[in-house]
Amino acid sequence: MSGAASTQSRRAAWSSAAAWRGLFRDRPIVPLVGLLVLMIGAIRILQPDIINPGWVGVTLRAAIPLAILAACQTLTFLTGGIDLSVGAVASMSGFMVATLVGHQGLAVALLVPLLIAAIAGAVTGIGVGVFRVHPLIMTLGMSLVVLGLANVWQLIMVQTGSGVPADLRTLGSGTVGGILPFSLLVFVPLAAFILFMLRSTGFGRLLYAVGDNPVASRLAGVRSWQVLVVLYVLSAVLAAIAGFLYSGLTNVASVSLVDSAVLPSVAAAVIGGTSIMGGRGGFAGTMVGVLILTVLTSLLSSLGYPEAVRQILFGSIIVAVAAAYTRVTAES
Amino acid sequence: MRASPARSTGGSAILAAARRNAWTIGLLVFMALLLVFTKIIQPSYGAAGVQGLGSSVLPLALAAVGQAVVVISGGIDLSIGSMMALTSVVSATMMNERPEEFAIVVVISVLLLGLAIGAVNGTLAVVTRVPDIVVTLAMSFVWAGCALLVLKTPGGGSAKWLLSLVTGSVGIEWIPRAAVLLIVVVAIVWIPLRRSRLGLSIYAIGSNRLAAFRSGVPVGRTRVAAYMVTGMFAALGGLSLTASTGIGTPVPGPYTLMSVAAVVLGGVSLAGGRGGVFGAVAAVIILQLIRSDITFLNINPNLAVVVQGVILIGVVMIGSLVQIRRARA
Repeated sequence: MSGAASTQSRRAAWSSAAAWRGLFRDRPIVPLVGLLVLMIGAIRILQPDIINPGWVGVTLRAAIPLAILAACQTLTFLTGGIDLSVGAVASMSGFMVATLVGHQGLAVALLVPLLIAAIAGAVTGIGVGVFRVHPLIMTLGMSLVVLGLANVWQLIMVQTGSGVPADLRTLGSGTVGGILPFSLLVFVPLAAFILFMLRSTGFGRLLYAVGDNPVASRLAGVRSWQVLVVLYVLSAVLAAIAGFLYSGLTNVASVSLVDSAVLPSVAAAVIGGTSIMGGRGGFAGTMVGVLILTVLTSLLSSLGYPEAVRQILFGSIIVAVAAAYTRVTAES
Repeated sequence: MRASPARSTGGSAILAAARRNAWTIGLLVFMALLLVFTKIIQPSYGAAGVQGLGSSVLPLALAAVGQAVVVISGGIDLSIGSMMALTSVVSATMMNERPEEFAIVVVISVLLLGLAIGAVNGTLAVVTRVPDIVVTLAMSFVWAGCALLVLKTPGGGSAKWLLSLVTGSVGIEWIPRAAVLLIVVVAIVWIPLRRSRLGLSIYAIGSNRLAAFRSGVPVGRTRVAAYMVTGMFAALGGLSLTASTGIGTPVPGPYTLMSVAAVVLGGVSLAGGRGGVFGAVAAVIILQLIRSDITFLNINPNLAVVVQGVILIGVVMIGSLVQIRRARA
């Protein structure tokens, strides 16, 4: 009797563990939000005065441009790729706006970098899709090209001077009542568009299909090169928009402004549960991943930890979360 | 493979070897042409220029050799730059205001440190089964953080004899000491490794992991070993940074991504199992020569970066086109 009971209880324990695993696998956003709440709770206990509407505003303001860059990584991850050129493209676009706005007006100043980004993205997409160059190498090469050209542009424009336009400063760093950043005006439609695209459009499903099984999708008649070209154009345009927000947020026009955000954007997508091997993940998890990274930064700096500790914890959390994902998805 | 070993004459063996290493030979020819071109556009380019070339490519060349080993094994190490920063600051801190002879102890312990952090990278990748690129990216934060813990700002010191090891020339003034050092290090580590069982295993797991496993290759252990070799070369790179600048810098340089670029240009397939370290070294030298040529030509130096990017994309595109053609034929 007792033996049967213990088997039964063991089975119950096992099934609840399996249920947890299933939850983690199918709805990774639930444990991620749990982690986020836990971290905010930790801040609340350790530094009770910090959490106030102003803190929320500052955190969101810093998270939004990073979330757009992380969207680039999420979309490219889904096809088994990666976009290392987002830093160069974003810096270039922020810098171009600041140098063009004085002569050409804001509309032209915004359109020109968007166009350049789209061209760079198209070249990347053709390299990856048609020539089958590894996305890591293709986007690395493209980032060198964009960075170099931006530097040349900087030397040409050195006399005219530059300044981040006031409208962009308001958009990037202004808030409503100190809580809701204006950049939400850009981010909410973008995020809704990306979520809708991935869930409910043919293109979104094709991204998953190409990444999950390239051979099967080819045999099913998918022209994967067209999917990839559109994907990398989209990624570059998103990066350019993030660049506008970064220059508005920091009020700095520099050709290397966004470089330091590239690796965190990759990290956010990984923490958010998108597989770098393709075919699995989504933007909802990535947004939580960005918030986790931003809140972690805020937590550690509020505790007075130096940059070194922050980086070490950053890396450790990425490995731990990625290992947890691999574990639950491998056992399915 | 038509000629059997028994029938093959010396000539055809050389031809076969040339065919196997066609990419590397092509790179070497391109490098020689670039050197000639450099001499034409800058007649004063001479022994001093070659010596400077040797010293300036050394850290990236060592990083590229390390990256090549792990890429051949089917992995990738995005923490090389951070490992170089960490080993550089550790060596600079240890050598600071210490006697010259103590530097030997430092060199040995820093190389051991490189092996150890490489082992951590490899073990994490094997145990967690997270893709190599994610693990090493995450570890790049960890190692960079450790470097900042050791030294907040650039500082420390270095032994004088280490500096003389990476600058100047050997024998005639046309042979940079850095190049000799590089050749010696690669000859001591890579050539025996390549001929050993471990070296064969590294190629095997990179080429087809499942087939290697079924042939009895210990896949996990071999992967860790490959990461350890990479860590050791990163430590050598870090030491060369400390030696040439005289201080340690805790901020990682551009070595991670440039080493990946050099490896790919050098004919190592990112899919693993193919290529060697010499191509990667040649690619590093070519990238540096292009940079100095653009300076000599009085072209905007920022265009050098563009040219490097275009060459990277172009060469890799051509390479993969050739492969696609071959696969169709």
